[in-house]
Amino acid sequence: MRRSRTRRAGAVTASLALLLVLEACGGTDDNVTSGGSIVIDGSSTVAPVSEAIAEEFRNEQEGVQVSVGTSGTGGGFKKLCADEIDIADASRAIKDEEKQACAAAGVAFTEFRVGLDGLAVVTSADNTFLECLSLEQMADIFKEGGASTWDQVDPKFPKEKIAIFAPGTDSGTYDFFVEEVLGDPDKPESLKPRSDYTASEDDNTLVQGIEGERSSWGYFGFAYFNENKEKLKAIEVSGEDATCVEPSAATVESGAYPLSRPLFIYVKETALARPEVRQFVRFYLEVTPQLIADVGYTPAPKEDYEKGLDLLASGS
Amino acid sequence: MTTVAVPGPSAALRRGTSRNVVGIVLDSVYAGALFLGTFLGVVFLGLLLWTVYDQGWDRLAGDPGEFFGNFVSRFPARAGIKAALHGTVWLMGLTALFSFPVGVGAAVYLEEFAPRNRLTNFVEANIANLAGVPSVVYGILGLGVFVRFLGMGPSLLAGGLTLAVMSLPLIIIAAREAVRAVPDSVRLAAYALGATKWQAVRHHVLPAALPSTMTGVILSLSRAIGETAPLLVIGASVAIFNTPDDVRDPFSALPVLIFNWTGRPQAAFAEAAAAASIVLLAMLLAMNSVAIFLRNRFTTRW
Repeated sequence: MRRSRTRRAGAVTASLALLLVLEACGGTDDNVTSGGSIVIDGSSTVAPVSEAIAEEFRNEQEGVQVSVGTSGTGGGFKKLCADEIDIADASRAIKDEEKQACAAAGVAFTEFRVGLDGLAVVTSADNTFLECLSLEQMADIFKEGGASTWDQVDPKFPKEKIAIFAPGTDSGTYDFFVEEVLGDPDKPESLKPRSDYTASEDDNTLVQGIEGERSSWGYFGFAYFNENKEKLKAIEVSGEDATCVEPSAATVESGAYPLSRPLFIYVKETALARPEVRQFVRFYLEVTPQLIADVGYTPAPKEDYEKGLDLLASGS
Repeated sequence: MTTVAVPGPSAALRRGTSRNVVGIVLDSVYAGALFLGTFLGVVFLGLLLWTVYDQGWDRLAGDPGEFFGNFVSRFPARAGIKAALHGTVWLMGLTALFSFPVGVGAAVYLEEFAPRNRLTNFVEANIANLAGVPSVVYGILGLGVFVRFLGMGPSLLAGGLTLAVMSLPLIIIAAREAVRAVPDSVRLAAYALGATKWQAVRHHVLPAALPSTMTGVILSLSRAIGETAPLLVIGASVAIFNTPDDVRDPFSALPVLIFNWTGRPQAAFAEAAAAASIVLLAMLLAMNSVAIFLRNRFTTRW
């Protein structure tokens, strides 16, 4: 009784459309799998995407058990290379030393790009002077010994204290921002990030902090800005071509917005040989463009998904 | 209340030395401060309960069937706690199954059989120290030993064993207190009738110590099922669309789900997290009530 109600609710939205898509794409082979389990772990940023796919996959393959854990991107790669999981969710590409660990353990994998996560640079909705910041200005704010008042960033800004709220050093968002704005931390010429700011691993806490101070500044995933639009103000970002771009699904997808990071899944080769995993990954690539906005991210360019599907087809 | 506690304040006043007056003033200041401390604790507990209730009750009461019967979903309105609730109940059972016999056994050995020597002292000191080790450390231990070395994977069995190991020190300490509270006259009476040591323990000491032991076990179990960190470390799932039917299955648990939902961008997930917290709190309160009931109803007073 309860079950049928749930399933009906599920059918109302996406799943019908998704089934149609699947038909259109000609999912002919290995649709007959039943049973088996798929273990996914890794980035907590990517987890909602995998969760959404797993949710819809149930209508596709009732018998396959999918579980999604959130040990973090690094933790996911470790588990993938230790042969403990089938798919690693990752909010960055695999690093060389992680690749070597995988190779040493004899675990081969395939990388698939599944989406984009824009990074919103934000201030409080009460702020009147911040409209657009360049990557250099943000480097001035976030580098070690950087600006402490706004007039040091731009003389046109008032002499007000910069209140910084940003993710802590354990966060993938932090790693990405530092690398994009201050440069590759492994290179000696790169600037060092400052550490005298209010840090939190919970983006909702950052939202509260930034909302409460007029001269605040910070950054986090676009989804968190989108859910709190009335309290926050997104600052436009100008990259190398010096044009200010506001963050939105469209500018992230087109690549015009300078701060967006790719989201990946890494699938173990030996797992890909199993029909239920192949089918799940194919479903993932076919359905993510329609689903991903539900969890606050942006689809990757179409070619990425097509390339992935080609890879799947050729690998058989 | 406070004035009565000081013997003969009026006599001191009559003598009229300033020192005594200061003492009396200080006395009520301290009493006030202590009362404030107690009161603050209660206020914060009340605030916590109220916030959780305020945020989560509508979500919980709105459609309990959906909330308890659905698996997780990317749509907060449709997300439910079915897998996490099942996982938590399984974990509770497994943790009790592993930790109760081992914990009580260790306590009986240490109290009744262990020779007084350096080794025993060493073991006792370690148990006391282990009780203070942060739970995340037990998670790392579980990951290394159960998940990896013994090859259990992120399964219910690994989760239950990890939580059991974490609960053991507290259970041992509680069970030792219970065994120690049984007066020697009981043992001596048993010996006088020709009972062996084991018979005295098995038929007299253990049954007498059982209610207090159970209280300790239940309290440490309720601490264990509220733990997030060790489960995250050993790899509990956030999203899973089956309820476990075997101890080798992967699992989700309420604290893990609450933690994950709290971090989501959508405010509706925070409401779902609060609703799940109410469920977890209700489970904990129920367990603690059972513990209090056992203590009051069955404990023998010697």
